[in-house]
Amino acid sequence: MDAAAVLGQLVVGLSRAMILFIVSAGLTLILGVLRVPNVFHGSLYMLGAFVAWTVAEAVGSHPASLWLALAAAPLVTAAVGLVLERLLLSRLYHREHLMLILFTFGVMLVLNDAVKLLWGPTYRSLVPPPSLQGAVTVLGVALPKFNLVLLVAGPVVGLSLWLFTHRTRAGRIARAAATDRDMVAVLGVDVSRVFGMAFALGCFLAGLGGALVAPTTSITLGMDHSLLIDSFLIVIVGGLGNLWGALAGSLLFGITQSVGLLVWPQFAVAFPYAVTAAVLLVRPTGLLRSAW
Amino acid sequence: MSGRVLLGLALAALAAAPAVLPPFFVYLLALVLVTGLLATSLNLVLGYGGLYQFHHGVFYGIGAYTAAVGITRLGWPVWLAFLAGPLAAGLAGLVIGFFCVRLSRLYFGMLQLSLGSFVWIVALRWYPVTGGDNGIHGIPLPPVLQTLPGAYALVAGAVVASLAALWAVVRSPFGLTLQAIRDNPQRSEVMGVDVRAHQLAAIVLAAFFAGVAGVLYVALERSVFPSMLFWVLSLEILVMCLLGGWFTFSGPLVGAAVVVGLRTLAGRYTEYWTLVLGVLLILLIFFLPEGIMGHLQQRWKAYRAPSARPATAGDVRG
Repeated sequence: MDAAAVLGQLVVGLSRAMILFIVSAGLTLILGVLRVPNVFHGSLYMLGAFVAWTVAEAVGSHPASLWLALAAAPLVTAAVGLVLERLLLSRLYHREHLMLILFTFGVMLVLNDAVKLLWGPTYRSLVPPPSLQGAVTVLGVALPKFNLVLLVAGPVVGLSLWLFTHRTRAGRIARAAATDRDMVAVLGVDVSRVFGMAFALGCFLAGLGGALVAPTTSITLGMDHSLLIDSFLIVIVGGLGNLWGALAGSLLFGITQSVGLLVWPQFAVAFPYAVTAAVLLVRPTGLLRSAW
Repeated sequence: MSGRVLLGLALAALAAAPAVLPPFFVYLLALVLVTGLLATSLNLVLGYGGLYQFHHGVFYGIGAYTAAVGITRLGWPVWLAFLAGPLAAGLAGLVIGFFCVRLSRLYFGMLQLSLGSFVWIVALRWYPVTGGDNGIHGIPLPPVLQTLPGAYALVAGAVVASLAALWAVVRSPFGLTLQAIRDNPQRSEVMGVDVRAHQLAAIVLAAFFAGVAGVLYVALERSVFPSMLFWVLSLEILVMCLLGGWFTFSGPLVGAAVVVGLRTLAGRYTEYWTLVLGVLLILLIFFLPEGIMGHLQQRWKAYRAPSARPATAGDVRG
C-alpha cells in the first residue's frame, strides 16, 4: 500500500468527517440543550442539499452561485425547524424520549414526502464553480479542491460554535439550560425562547451539512438514511451534548471508514459501527463528558 | 368474560378469512399477522421490559436470512431452515443483548443500533451468501406453501401459537418480574432480582419470536431483502408499538394493522402514503398519547368503574 493512496484516502475520510461533524454538532446541541432525539435531523440535511441545488441552478453560472446556495440552504432548514419547534415541539418537552422519537419520526415522514413532492425522485447533482473544480497536487497526491474547502469548513464551524456557546450571553444561557433548565427559568430567563433558538441553530447546521455535501455526491431521496444513524452514533460515542465529543466521534467515523477502505473495501462501511460498539462497551457514556 | 368472547370471534374470523375474503385481502391479513407478531415480540422488551430496543428488525432479518440462506445456499430441508431461523435470531439476541444490558436507556438503544447496523452491512455486502443489496428471491418452498391458502394457514397458525406463548410469558412470574424491573429497577435489584439476567432473557425471547416472524415472512413472500435489517424498519416497528399502545398486549398488533393497512391501501391511491402516516403520528401524540388500544382500555375501565382513576402511561414511567 503506497503512501499516496493512504494520504488520498485520509483526505477523503477527513472531509467526510467534517460533514458528519457539522451535522452532528447540530444534533448534539439539540440533544444537549432540549434533550430531544431529533429523528428528522437527517431530513433537514437532505432538504439542505436540495435547496442548495435549487439555488445554485437558479443563480446559474455566476461564480457566487455556490456560496449563495451554501448561505440559503441552512437558513431555510433553520426556518423550517423553528416553525416546527414553536408550533408543535415546544408543547412536548415534558414527554418522555420515546414519545419525542415518535413525534420527530412523524415529522421525518412528512418532510421526506415533502421533498419527494417538490423535487421528485430523480437524482440531482450540483456542479461546483470552475474555480473549485479539479484537484491540487500535494506531495504527489491529487486532492479534490472541494474536499479542501470541507477541511476548512469543519474547524471554522466548530470554532464559531464554541465562541457562541462560551463567549456570548445567549450561548451561556443555552449551556446553563442544558444543565438545569428549571434553575435557569427561576432566574428569570425565558427558557422557551432559548430552546427555540438552540433548535433553530441545530437545524441550521443540518442544512449547512447538506449544502456542503451537495457538490460531492448525488442529491437524492434516501441520502439522509445512513447519515441520521451515523450522526446519532457519533453524538453518543462523543458524549451527549458535547461539541468536541461530536468532533471526536466524527473523526473516529471518517477515519475508521477510510482505514476500512484501504484494508477491506467490501466491508469498509461496517468498520465505524464496530468501532463505535467497542467504544461504547469500554466507555458507556462516550469519549468526552456528557451534558446529561 | 367479554375478552374471551372477543378472542373467540377473532380466532373464528382468522379461520374463516381464506373462505370469505378475496385473495388480496387474505394476503394482506397474513402480512398484518407477520408484522403484528414482530411488533408484539418487540413490545415484550419495550413495553413490558422498558428497554429501548432500537434495532429489533435485526432479529427479524436474521431469522428470515437464516431460513433463506439455509434453503438456497446450504440445501437444508425447509422444516429445518424454518426451525433454524428463530434459533439463530434467539442466539443473535443473546450475543447483542449480552452487551446491551450493560448500558442504560438511550445508550442501550444506541449500542444496539451500532451492533445492528454492523449486521445490516454484512447482509448488504456479503454477496455470495446473502445476495447483497438484491437479497434472495424465489426461495423454493414445498408446493403447499406456494399456494396462498397454504401459506396463510402456516402464518395464521404460527402467529396465533406465538402470541399465545408471548401472552403466557407476560402473565408468568417471569413476565411480572420483568414489569416490576421496568417500573423500579433499583427496588427490584434490592429485592434480590437479577435485573440484567431477566432483561437478557426477555431480549432472547423477543428475538426468537422476531425470528419466527422473519421465517413466516419467507413463507409468505419467498424472498428476503437487506432492508429487513435496516434501522428504518426497526423504528417503524417501534412506532407500531407506540401507535397501538405499548402498555397493552394487543396494541402492537393494532399498530401493525394500521401501518401495514395504510401502506397497502393508501399506497394504492397515492405514493405519498408515508405523509398520511406522518400526520397520523403527529396527531396521535397530541390526542392519544397512550396509543389506540391504551386509549380504548382506559375508556373501557372508566365505563366499568366510573369512580376509579384510569391508569395513564405516566404512572408506570420508571
